[in-house]
Amino acid sequence: MKKLLLVLTIAFSASVVYAGGYRVGVQGHKQLAMGHTGVAVVTSAESAFFNPAGLVYLDGELNVSLGAAVVLSNTSYQNREFGYSAEADNPVGTPFYAYGAYKINDWLSAGLAVYTPYGSRVEWPTDWDGSHLVNQIELSAIFVQPTLAIKISDKLSIGGGPIYVSGAVNFNRNLSRSLTDEAGNRSNVTIDASGINAWGYSVGAMFRPTEDINLGFNYRSKIDMDVERGDGTADFENLPGALAPGFPDGDFTASLPLPAELTFGASFKPADKWLVAFDYTRTFWDAYKSLDVQFFNSAGLSRNPRNYKNSSIYKIGAQYDATQKVTVRAGFYYDESPIRDGFFAPETPRPDSVNFTAGFSYNLNSRWAIDASVLYVHSNEVDNSYDHFVEAGQKLTFGGEYKSNALVAGIGVSYKL
Amino acid sequence: MKNNIKYLAVLALGLFACEPEFDNPIDESGTYSSGSADFTTFVAVGNSLTAGFQDGTVFRSGQQNSFPNIMAEKFALAGGGTFTQPSYADDVNDTGGFLLAGNPLPGFDTRLVIDASQGRPENLNVAPTAEVSSLQATAYNNMGVPGAKSFHLGAPGYGNIDNLAIGAANPYYVRHATTPNATVIGDAVSLNPTFFALWIGNNDILSFATSGGTGVDRTGNPNVLSYGFNDITDPGVFAFTYQGLIDALTANGAKGAVATLPDVTSIPYFTTVPYNPIPMDAQTAALANGGYALYNGGLQFAAANGLITADEAARRTISFSAGQNAVVIVDEDLTNLTGSGIPSYRMATADDLMVLPSLGFIGTFAEPGNPASINGVGVPLADNWVLTATEIQLVRNARTAYNNTIVAIAAANDLAVVDMAVKLEELVSGLRTADGQIYTNNYFDGSSDAVSTAVFSLDGVHPNSRGYAIVADEFIRVINEKYGANVPRVTAGYYPGVTVVPTN
Repeated sequence: MKKLLLVLTIAFSASVVYAGGYRVGVQGHKQLAMGHTGVAVVTSAESAFFNPAGLVYLDGELNVSLGAAVVLSNTSYQNREFGYSAEADNPVGTPFYAYGAYKINDWLSAGLAVYTPYGSRVEWPTDWDGSHLVNQIELSAIFVQPTLAIKISDKLSIGGGPIYVSGAVNFNRNLSRSLTDEAGNRSNVTIDASGINAWGYSVGAMFRPTEDINLGFNYRSKIDMDVERGDGTADFENLPGALAPGFPDGDFTASLPLPAELTFGASFKPADKWLVAFDYTRTFWDAYKSLDVQFFNSAGLSRNPRNYKNSSIYKIGAQYDATQKVTVRAGFYYDESPIRDGFFAPETPRPDSVNFTAGFSYNLNSRWAIDASVLYVHSNEVDNSYDHFVEAGQKLTFGGEYKSNALVAGIGVSYKL
Repeated sequence: MKNNIKYLAVLALGLFACEPEFDNPIDESGTYSSGSADFTTFVAVGNSLTAGFQDGTVFRSGQQNSFPNIMAEKFALAGGGTFTQPSYADDVNDTGGFLLAGNPLPGFDTRLVIDASQGRPENLNVAPTAEVSSLQATAYNNMGVPGAKSFHLGAPGYGNIDNLAIGAANPYYVRHATTPNATVIGDAVSLNPTFFALWIGNNDILSFATSGGTGVDRTGNPNVLSYGFNDITDPGVFAFTYQGLIDALTANGAKGAVATLPDVTSIPYFTTVPYNPIPMDAQTAALANGGYALYNGGLQFAAANGLITADEAARRTISFSAGQNAVVIVDEDLTNLTGSGIPSYRMATADDLMVLPSLGFIGTFAEPGNPASINGVGVPLADNWVLTATEIQLVRNARTAYNNTIVAIAAANDLAVVDMAVKLEELVSGLRTADGQIYTNNYFDGSSDAVSTAVFSLDGVHPNSRGYAIVADEFIRVINEKYGANVPRVTAGYYPGVTVVPTN
């Protein structure tokens, strides 16, 4: 299994996108198809992410789930007053997951989870009207989480484990609204860093009062991704000759929080072959106060207030065993934007969204199953602005109407022994 | 199972094709409109301000940001057609400036840039390539001719290269006049404009002002042939000329916008150098006062003998003290006492405006190495360095008369009036644009903030590209209001300002 993980990690080293802020909610096709519920669901090794405490209740000695998805996302921007319009044609994102759980004995299970819950990939046309805020950005983070789950009784279990994160960032924007070199090319900077490491943890508990009802709780800690000096490069391009000596390429420091997430939920079996699940997730986005990038040349400290607020996701999903071989699933979730009015920056243009999911599993035999899911993310048109770009001591506004949508489609396999 | 896959595939395909579409996309026709105006053929008539002149010249990239060209880009979303400008393709190195028969044309130097190694504006040290004698013989939508006064627009021969030598032609117009004896307004009207902008009259007062008032106020004298370059145009001539221009432009029923003329105190050419730029300690002040003891004594003598009032004697008395001191100037409007051997000196006051070039002159030695010959202290500044309060009043009187004419004729013809006088006045206290930036009429001060916010070019008179964007935005605002049009506005902050070079 380890070998397989390694291969996946390499193949999808640029993982990525979707959900409020820069959260990417694609952590398992079975659960994604059910509206990304799962804190109180025990069906596969996907529980390693959704609620480690559930692993002890899995059937079988060894459970493995692997999968990947493609994320197609687009954002349109327009400003009626000034006649500006632009479309972010975002590169395809490829989030993935790999979960394994092994039942050591009746009361103890061990697992390993590898997943990509955060990322963002937004590519606006170079030098567009908001290019002083962002031309393009790519964030990615791979989480590796060794997990232990302990059955306290047939009704109660707990689980958790440390999380090791490896992240990367690549971000380009123009240095100001008007600065160019002598040939008229806009002055810009690209910051790039990869292999940024950090640690966190995930803990969960599951309570099964009856055969048909499951309650679950999961908490994933905040993880600060700190770029230290020497971790990355800051590449300054197209400065006019008179200013270029003040802007040599170099390194930078920055910090981006991956916020803590608290989920609790319930699942129950209303009838034979049916499973219904509800999850509520609170994401503590208030950790994201400001994206501050410290350069070590004339660019100095770039302060970009974000001032995110905590946000909620309300999820519902159901599955139905249509035949012995086929299980179908569908779900819905409502994802609140953590972005306050006046802080709507085009690098994470995430308004509130309604999300529709569907999918199925096809059991090839008693051990192997194919899992597939699709997610359609719909956001209403929003009219918002970012009012905290500072030029010559004045806070400037950049805004307009934004509309985005995204489609996620993916496939994976599950194995049970 | 097979059916499921099919269903999913169809669903997926349907969603792939679904780009985020706005309820009311602005790129849909009908979003923007020209209201009761018609922007099909937009022609702008005027002077340097219309031509996109900045940093002392017209250069290729700067011309792209002339205010009518910026307007035309926005008009294009509301039914506007192509907008042509005089060709500067031969300004190969984007320097501005002119050659005449291969030689640099005096007075038409390359554009001003900040030389970072010297920390001051200098003419870009690259040879100009634009040739006056390459005649384009084309009427353009942008008929802004730098240097033109109101009456020049209707003057035949103003674009005749043979008239250059006698000063009766303008090299800018020579390059594109359709025939040697064409007129600017004639060429403009030949395009059959459906909409026009007219901003003219600035030079009818400005050359007097920038020359420090060395010219003559010609109010009451309608004979323009008797005018010198630095004279103030008779308001009667201005009114007659302006009526003629409007008649020509509206002959086919075209609608348009006209602009008023700003006050001299709105432009950094007159507001950058303070009247009291000379720091002194008590000892130096005493020394400098010694140099004027004789003059001050003469004033007392003249007052005692009734040649001047005691008040004038006091106003003319030169007295330096520790701290910031006013410069000493020659003021030809003082009572002439030269018969008694007393020159017309006084110290400048806050009511006098020092012209921008005095920045590099005040404090220099008139005689090398002679500390008693400091210009502005031991040696009074000549008339051309200062626009005195009396001269400012002449400029204001004429400007008020011109603006009254502009507003009255516009009203009579139901045209939009863009009150640039008021708009530029806002710069004095700080003009706030929709994005939240605040712009002032300060001259570029070398700070990094000024790189982003300076709106006047280095010549101190003309806006830079960013400033022209403010002008274009104001035109559009007024046009939208007057004609019920919906033309998108302009963000000045996206336009370039000063050019800084490492060395020159």
